[in-house]
Amino acid sequence: MSLDKEQVQQIAVLARLRLDDDEFAETVDKLSRIVDFVDQLSQTDTTGVVPMAHPLDVAQRLRPDVVTEPDDRDHVQENAPSTQDGLYLVPKVIE
Amino acid sequence: MAAELHQRTLSELAAGLEAGDFSSVELTEALLARVADHDGELNAFITVTAEQALAAARAADEARAAGNAGVLGGLPLVHKDIFCTRDVLTTCGSRMLENFVSPYNATVVDRLAGAGAVILGKTNMDEFAMGSSNETSYYGPVRNPWHLEYSPGGSSGGSAAAVAARLAPAATGTDTGGSIRQPAALTGTVGLKPTYGRVSRYGMIAFASSLDQAGVITRSSADAALLLGVMAGFDERDSTSIDHPVPDYTAALSESLDGLRIGVVKQHFDDGLDAATGAAVREALAVLEANGAKLVDVDLPNIDLSVPTYYVVAPAECSSNLSRFDGVRFGHRADNPEDLFDLYCRSRGEGFGAEVKRRIMTGTYALSAGYYDAYYLKAQQVRHLIADDFKSAFEKVDLIAGPTSPTPAFRLGDKVDDPITMYLNDIYTVGANLAGLPGVSTPCGFVDGLPVGLHLVGPHWGEEVLIRCAHNYEQLTDWHRACPEDFS
Repeated sequence: MSLDKEQVQQIAVLARLRLDDDEFAETVDKLSRIVDFVDQLSQTDTTGVVPMAHPLDVAQRLRPDVVTEPDDRDHVQENAPSTQDGLYLVPKVIE
Repeated sequence: MAAELHQRTLSELAAGLEAGDFSSVELTEALLARVADHDGELNAFITVTAEQALAAARAADEARAAGNAGVLGGLPLVHKDIFCTRDVLTTCGSRMLENFVSPYNATVVDRLAGAGAVILGKTNMDEFAMGSSNETSYYGPVRNPWHLEYSPGGSSGGSAAAVAARLAPAATGTDTGGSIRQPAALTGTVGLKPTYGRVSRYGMIAFASSLDQAGVITRSSADAALLLGVMAGFDERDSTSIDHPVPDYTAALSESLDGLRIGVVKQHFDDGLDAATGAAVREALAVLEANGAKLVDVDLPNIDLSVPTYYVVAPAECSSNLSRFDGVRFGHRADNPEDLFDLYCRSRGEGFGAEVKRRIMTGTYALSAGYYDAYYLKAQQVRHLIADDFKSAFEKVDLIAGPTSPTPAFRLGDKVDDPITMYLNDIYTVGANLAGLPGVSTPCGFVDGLPVGLHLVGPHWGEEVLIRCAHNYEQLTDWHRACPEDFS
């Protein structure tokens, strides 16, 4: 196994994913296989090769920082699990 | 006697509507009836929008009567359920979005509706477009119309199955590593993935943003050309959309194969390719050569690295894109969270399926402190080598041709246990995504009753040369007209 249980647990925390026990064991196995598979990239000499930032090798287009969208808050919040007075509700974060 | 409506291609239906042979309401009713009769077997649809479709058909008929028919006036289509549709369920094949009713339309949805298209429904897909068999969908696998025990491919498997089974003449799809072209090959349909930046992705749920592109699945390249002309073009709402002129793609249909230089890549015919599939593709190349094209050997020395490169880049980008699903603003939320951390972890743990979680975690690992250079940066460097190989090849040839997929359709369940075996389905298609190139798959034969696809890849903005080549091939053969027996 190229990844151990502790590493996978740490990745799950970083990714904010809760895995149940069966799922966790399977993930250790399959994630290790994926990492082994992509490790073949390390054999390639890429000295001096510029990392590809855009598939067409062009710069990212920017736009002026101005408001362009209408206020559609009520409609948008119809999809929210929990709201009040136009705000999204989450468990208490400040004691 | 004229062919039944469901057997006609989009272009044939357009001519029939124009001639007044039938109305859009009649056509829409006929196809909705087929969906009701057959989708129980296929599971190609997640949502059928019958009421909206009939309203749009009536509006299209009225517009035509008033002399205002759009380019697609009254023509039925289906959308992959990755495209946001205003006030219609948009699930992306995930439990995470089981209750998500989009507050807005994707640009692709708006453009097609604006040209008069009638939307019959939303099609099933691998969850968040992550899969090559449609088995990762929360809504169950789609079945291949050519054999119901087989996968239609993925991730646009519902779109491909719906078009192959004649439930709809055309469908939208998306392609991050082959998700339009591979299911098209496995269902005997035509699948076109345009150049990166050609079609707006506004309102198309993001998977891997440096690779994703929208396209179409149809029953002919002429139909793909018709739809692409409506879908393509600059959109200021998509920061990756490129302002490049949109040609009349249908003009490419009248050009011959004369003088076309077609590159053949040695590695595309290596051991990984099923022998009978390879024979069908070689036969297709011979047909093209016998009719005016010139075959030229080309080398893509780093192409064997395209799958491992893809499986670093795509998961890394997906781990970032899918961080938006937090159980707070939309989508699934776990019951009774203890605190915010628990809310995030359980909402995501419950809302995402196994393959999506694996890809998020692969990407999280590849981007994490201490590993970034070894994986993500390295993959982006190798990606440049692969893109440069294509660039050199296109100095010698107009397009590259080969197999779309290493095998015909496989049985549902056969590859689900081994992620690497499943990932290798994309071996011939991911290169085009890594380099941002357009590609098309068109039917070129059968192996044991299952369709085989011929894959064509062109240079950036080379959609016309692909359409020209594929359309000529379709005029010389009739593989694309074959219909699964149970759906004739």
